[in-house]
Amino acid sequence: MDFSFTEEQQMLQESVQKFVQKNYDFEVRKKLLDSEKGYSEQNWALFAELGWLTVPFAEEDGGFGGSAVDLMVMMEAFGKAMLVEPFLPTTVLAGGLISQLGSAEQKAELLPQIMEGSLQLACAFGESGSRYNLASVQTSAKTSGDDTVLNGKKIAVLNGCSADRILVVARTSGEERDRDGISVFIVSAGEGGVSINRYTNVDGQRAAEITLNGVKVSSAKLLGEQGSALTALETAVDRATLAVSAEAVGAMDAMLQKTVEYSKVRKQFGTPIGTFQALQHRMADMFIECQLARSIVLMAAMKLDSGASETEKAKAVSAAKSRIGRAIRKVGQEAVQIHGAVGVTDELDIGHLFKRVTAINVTFGNPDFHTARYSAL
Amino acid sequence: MNADLTDDELAFQDEARAFLQAEFPADLQAKVDANIRLSREDLIRWQKILYKKGWAAPSWPLEYGGTGWSHTKKHIFATEMGSIGAPEPVAFGMKMVAPVLMAYGNEEQKQRFLPDILQSNAWWCQGYSEANAGSDLASLKTTAVRDGDDYIVNGSKTWNTYGQYADWIFCLVRTDNTVKKQEGISFLLIDMKSPGITLKPIVLLDGHPEINEIFFDEVRVPAINLVGEENKGWTYAKVLLTHERANIAGVPRGKRRLKALKKLAADTQDGDGCSLLDNPAFRQKIAEAEIELEALEYAELRTVASLTVGKAPGPESSILKIVGTELAQQIDELFVELAGYNSLPFVPQQFETGFEGEPVGPGNAAASALTYFNNRKATIYGGSNEIQRNIICKAVLGL
Ligand SMILES: Cc1cc2nc3c(=O)[nH]c(=O)nc-3n(C[C@H](O)[C@H](O)[C@H](O)COP(=O)(O)OP(=O)(O)OC[C@H]3O[C@@H](n4cnc5c(N)ncnc54)[C@H](O)[C@@H]3O)c2cc1C
Repeated sequence: MDFSFTEEQQMLQESVQKFVQKNYDFEVRKKLLDSEKGYSEQNWALFAELGWLTVPFAEEDGGFGGSAVDLMVMMEAFGKAMLVEPFLPTTVLAGGLISQLGSAEQKAELLPQIMEGSLQLACAFGESGSRYNLASVQTSAKTSGDDTVLNGKKIAVLNGCSADRILVVARTSGEERDRDGISVFIVSAGEGGVSINRYTNVDGQRAAEITLNGVKVSSAKLLGEQGSALTALETAVDRATLAVSAEAVGAMDAMLQKTVEYSKVRKQFGTPIGTFQALQHRMADMFIECQLARSIVLMAAMKLDSGASETEKAKAVSAAKSRIGRAIRKVGQEAVQIHGAVGVTDELDIGHLFKRVTAINVTFGNPDFHTARYSAL
Repeated sequence: MNADLTDDELAFQDEARAFLQAEFPADLQAKVDANIRLSREDLIRWQKILYKKGWAAPSWPLEYGGTGWSHTKKHIFATEMGSIGAPEPVAFGMKMVAPVLMAYGNEEQKQRFLPDILQSNAWWCQGYSEANAGSDLASLKTTAVRDGDDYIVNGSKTWNTYGQYADWIFCLVRTDNTVKKQEGISFLLIDMKSPGITLKPIVLLDGHPEINEIFFDEVRVPAINLVGEENKGWTYAKVLLTHERANIAGVPRGKRRLKALKKLAADTQDGDGCSLLDNPAFRQKIAEAEIELEALEYAELRTVASLTVGKAPGPESSILKIVGTELAQQIDELFVELAGYNSLPFVPQQFETGFEGEPVGPGNAAASALTYFNNRKATIYGGSNEIQRNIICKAVLGL
């Protein structure tokens, strides 16, 4: 047993921490949110230069190694400063799908571009009736000859605003919730018949609703074998779920730390509010939640890096996502409450951290979904 | 023992229901149902309709144009209003400053201010909190210094709700620095158009500038705007704080929202071929909220019953505030949970009057997170829930 980080992981952690400290305070982030893209392209180029965009990828694909613990280390540091750059959708989700499903040519074309920072991607799986079930796909893909025609509507597509290409999950055969018959197509954002309703999420991340109206793609745009993409999609989404869970651990630590600090300096009734035992115990509970969240995310990351079965891995991710949901509510709500009125304003980072973790709680399945999945697996 | 209404009360309930059905404007009902924020004008329009009926101020005594209703009738009316989502009168004038004026104002002040409050000709806001005087309100620092027939006010107030709409503000100001802090505070009414007042809007987590910081720079206030005696303001304000807590349980609103939630749940797919209303885990949570609401309703009815037999409102109001706000927040979360991914879009403008863009997400799903974020305020203001628990410890448990 060895719970310490490798030297490489420590360096990765320090490199993110250094970047955040130098370039990413709350005011800077605010400006990014107000900018047209909602993130900094300059930062993105820097991420590429620092090698961060290679972290989710295996060495044979030219990546850093692709371990889940590496990803966890990075995302946790991202979480503390609420980075808005679309790392997750481009590298973890879309990149994860391409590295699993892509042909040698597709990988050779796309993966280097991702890692160099010259390609933005989105992964469009959710639909209005699917909730969190990845097998629930109604967007249709009808093939005739060399062409496939896509029709349907995708919701909550992260980075759908800026993506050059969108990985569209569509049904090539079967009924709405069949596990078979699900395929992934690479669609250019500018393709005829693609319409993108862009918006910002509560946590500042950009997303889109994407309508596909008779979008024609050639067979070269099919990612992987026709009709059997679901397992790879689940694996990619599980990895992304672990990533946002680790991000939540970072964000919750930041909330705890800021709340404790605030309670030491905010005085009412002639004394710091942190001297009131009513608040002390609640901060102790926040601390406990942060520790349990960290522990279960660590468990899931190590499980993903182990030789465990696919079922055990999926179960570990669901355990983590379900449990951190409880921590998110407790830590987020208490952090706001203990700050008093200033906690519900847009002016302080606490409220923004609260919004980010609330969004994470919904993303890739809420606690109920993951508890049910855990017990069914 | 029973919770039955008398024939007279039942007849009143019918009358109130019929009136609301006929007179609550359809466009406002549509806005309420679609989670669109009501504007200043909307609220005033509705208030004036109530005024015409003579029902603008249920809590006021008859002599000032109130209804003279029994506690039970007030309760019935509030229930009927809440169950269709008709907005209560803006509390700052009707429920906060008016009772203080009635109890401590002089005749001239009553005549000058009460009719405009009753008729919704004047919008009031509350100027109590300061950056360093929140829960510990008595430590406030904004000063009022007597200068001939005026007071000169300097300082700043914050977290002020809808000051941008207000014609008047009632303030607690420090008039004596040399005594115990509670004993040097006065209750002053200030015209918002006075030179030297500036507002800085504060945006909340839902993107709406609902509150303000208000700066007073050498603001001249006629001394006739002092309510009651100088340095007695703290006593008056404490009376007001109990009024602030009446009706805080929000039972009718809770019922209305749970009903809406169930309807939405029936129309929302759980991704596995059934509706969320049939999803056992979600169903259980709805039931838990409903049960909590039943307990809260009877806790409130017990207070109404004891007021009816002449008891003064006691620390029970703290229970209603705590449970009412925490249950409302629990319901907020259920809406977010139901909306799932559709809770995430941050497009607050689509819930404002006159939005013409392409809406994001179905129905008002994207309002759910906005409401969740905004309503975290409910456990902070009106005496935070921690302060309410302290009151219970001291006043009830003798700790
Ligand atoms: C949306 C909104 C609208 C508002 N509108 C108005 C308005 O119109 N006019 C106005 O005057 N004010 C208004 N307020 C202010 C409100 O009354 C104050 O926020 C409230 O009194 C708490 O003060 P504070 O925010 O400074 O928090 P603090 O007093 O600093 O409290 C911080 C935390 O410490 C806790 N705490 C404090 N003392 C104790 C204690 N003794 N024991 C245990 N815990 C304690 C609090 O409960 C809170 O959790 C509004 C507030 C909000 C959020």
